[in-house]
Amino acid sequence: MSKGILYDATLCIGCRLCEKACAERNKLAYDDAIASRETLSEHKLTTIVTRGDKFMRRLCMNCQDPACASVCPVAALRKTDMGPVTYDESRCMGCRYCMLACPFGVPKYEWSKLLPRVRKCDMCADRVAAGRQTACAEACPTGATKFGDRDDLIAEAKERIAKAPEQYLNHLYGLEEVGGTSTLLLSSVPFDTFGLRTPSERLPMLTYRALSHIPDIVSLGGVLLGGVWWITHRRLEVAAAEGQNQRGKKENNEEDESQ
Amino acid sequence: MSLPKMTFWKTIMVVVFVAGAYATFLRFTRGLGATTNLSDQFPWGLWIGFDVLCGVMMAAGGFALTATVYIFNLERFRPIIRPAVLTAFLGYCLVVVALLYDLGRPYRIWHPLVMWNPTSVMFEVGWCVTLYTTVLALEFAPIVFERLRLEKALRVQHAIVIPLVIAGVLLSTLHQSSLGSLYLIVPEKLHPLWYTPLLPVFFFLSAICVGLAMTIFESHMSSKAFGKQLELPLLISLGRVLLVGLAVYAVLRFQDLYHRGALSYLRHLGYETDLFYVEVGVGLLLPIALLLNRRVRESAGGLYVIAVLVVLGFITNRLNVSITGMEASAGLHYIPKWTEVAVTGSIVVAGFVIFALAAKYLPIFPEAKVPARLFPQGTLIGPSPPQVELAFSRKV
Repeated sequence: MSKGILYDATLCIGCRLCEKACAERNKLAYDDAIASRETLSEHKLTTIVTRGDKFMRRLCMNCQDPACASVCPVAALRKTDMGPVTYDESRCMGCRYCMLACPFGVPKYEWSKLLPRVRKCDMCADRVAAGRQTACAEACPTGATKFGDRDDLIAEAKERIAKAPEQYLNHLYGLEEVGGTSTLLLSSVPFDTFGLRTPSERLPMLTYRALSHIPDIVSLGGVLLGGVWWITHRRLEVAAAEGQNQRGKKENNEEDESQ
Repeated sequence: MSLPKMTFWKTIMVVVFVAGAYATFLRFTRGLGATTNLSDQFPWGLWIGFDVLCGVMMAAGGFALTATVYIFNLERFRPIIRPAVLTAFLGYCLVVVALLYDLGRPYRIWHPLVMWNPTSVMFEVGWCVTLYTTVLALEFAPIVFERLRLEKALRVQHAIVIPLVIAGVLLSTLHQSSLGSLYLIVPEKLHPLWYTPLLPVFFFLSAICVGLAMTIFESHMSSKAFGKQLELPLLISLGRVLLVGLAVYAVLRFQDLYHRGALSYLRHLGYETDLFYVEVGVGLLLPIALLLNRRVRESAGGLYVIAVLVVLGFITNRLNVSITGMEASAGLHYIPKWTEVAVTGSIVVAGFVIFALAAKYLPIFPEAKVPARLFPQGTLIGPSPPQVELAFSRKV
């Protein structure tokens, strides 16, 4: 069963315990200065974003069909059956195509290091594989971040919206976006308030459509080029053979000159 | 007479190389963060935009001309093959060097060859670069073999030259277009003036145009430096093909803008639109206008100017796709750090120097004042196939 995270902004009190738990799990330093920076970076794999009295949590969306995993030339990024999109540092060569491709701007780079890694939330893949919940969900005191089966979380989110339509935007972010994501978001104010754009397309299809032409181009192109070569050079072979015959046959010679 | 001029250029070269060497030292001791203006918001900069995208584009003459001569059997273009193949081989080698700077972990550059992910355009790019550089090395080899008088090696190479050329054309087609496909994944990040599902087609078509322009450009430079060049009638033929190529590209480009409803962006002048006009004006409309003029089209000087315009115009195009068009969504203006510029400059200068050395010491261009037609036929990649010689002897 595919797992997911449901973040309900209406329950969030902005205590940032999720940030702290995430930093601990990923062995990152965490202090007031880092807490006050509300952007994802190599130092911070999740963050609470504040707009007035509204909160939003940013973390990897762990897409169902992730652009990052699709574009990674060495398959360092992978979508696991359990839901998390994981990163295998030992494969990564540092091309940073994942960072370019991610529609949510999630993968970050260790720019200050000589041999940098890509850093991003991986939905606590090791904990999830061991049957535990994510560190952030465990740390959340209000239940704003909830871990569970994605299908159950979707049902619950819809129920919450139905029960209190005046409290929620009628939009479960992550249900349809880029073909669905494992991280689901509920909010009372539009998501673009927090810089969350709403790409609808399944991005990997865009490159797949181009790549799927390769076998056709190679097979058709190979035959075509070989064929053209055969025709253009066959003409020469014939001409050469006729040229040799010409010495013996006058008629051929005359025909040739008349052409 | 030309001595002071040479000294001037040599001074510049030395300055660029010294700066490049220091930048290299910094890059590999301090890391990417300290030596580039790249960031989480803007992960690809000058090294990808210029060194890789433009480097590969300028190498396109190699496949265009080997196909013309070997597959389509247009023998009169044979003298152009050597400079074109040299450019391509050099171009690809320098692209690999640039990648070593740009990759966060350059010692893993071989990973895509063993750790597959066929859904990745970058995976395809990696394989194409590897295979095509090998093909180019083999296509270039006879020039070295000839110089070293390795008869046996020449014969072996000659036996496989046709499959080699076909493989080269296919790999180039895939590779040139796939550099455009790289950006298909960012429909919301790349500005609508450049984002189109036709990106791979545009990259491929423009690469052919630039390949032709580069050949004209190199012939001119080589004639200045060594008195070795291509015959004017050949260059004029290239100019005509270039005109058709540019015209097709221009029509397709504006059709695409029209169908996507992106023409409206051209009315509002601004950062992106201005650079779009530079790209299209310098690389497309002005060269087309010049090529339509018979006097310009049929003079060596005119063709040289046109070639330079086309190359500069499409360099602007690649930089627009990779940098200009990506800035608004990233919310910043990317200006490369001096270290990035120094490395790129050194790679460009290295390209000029190696090309000049090769042109000087290897049989790349026909000797001055010897008509290309009389230059030992068929020896440009491999020894000529016998039927070709027969065809020549009949005509002469």
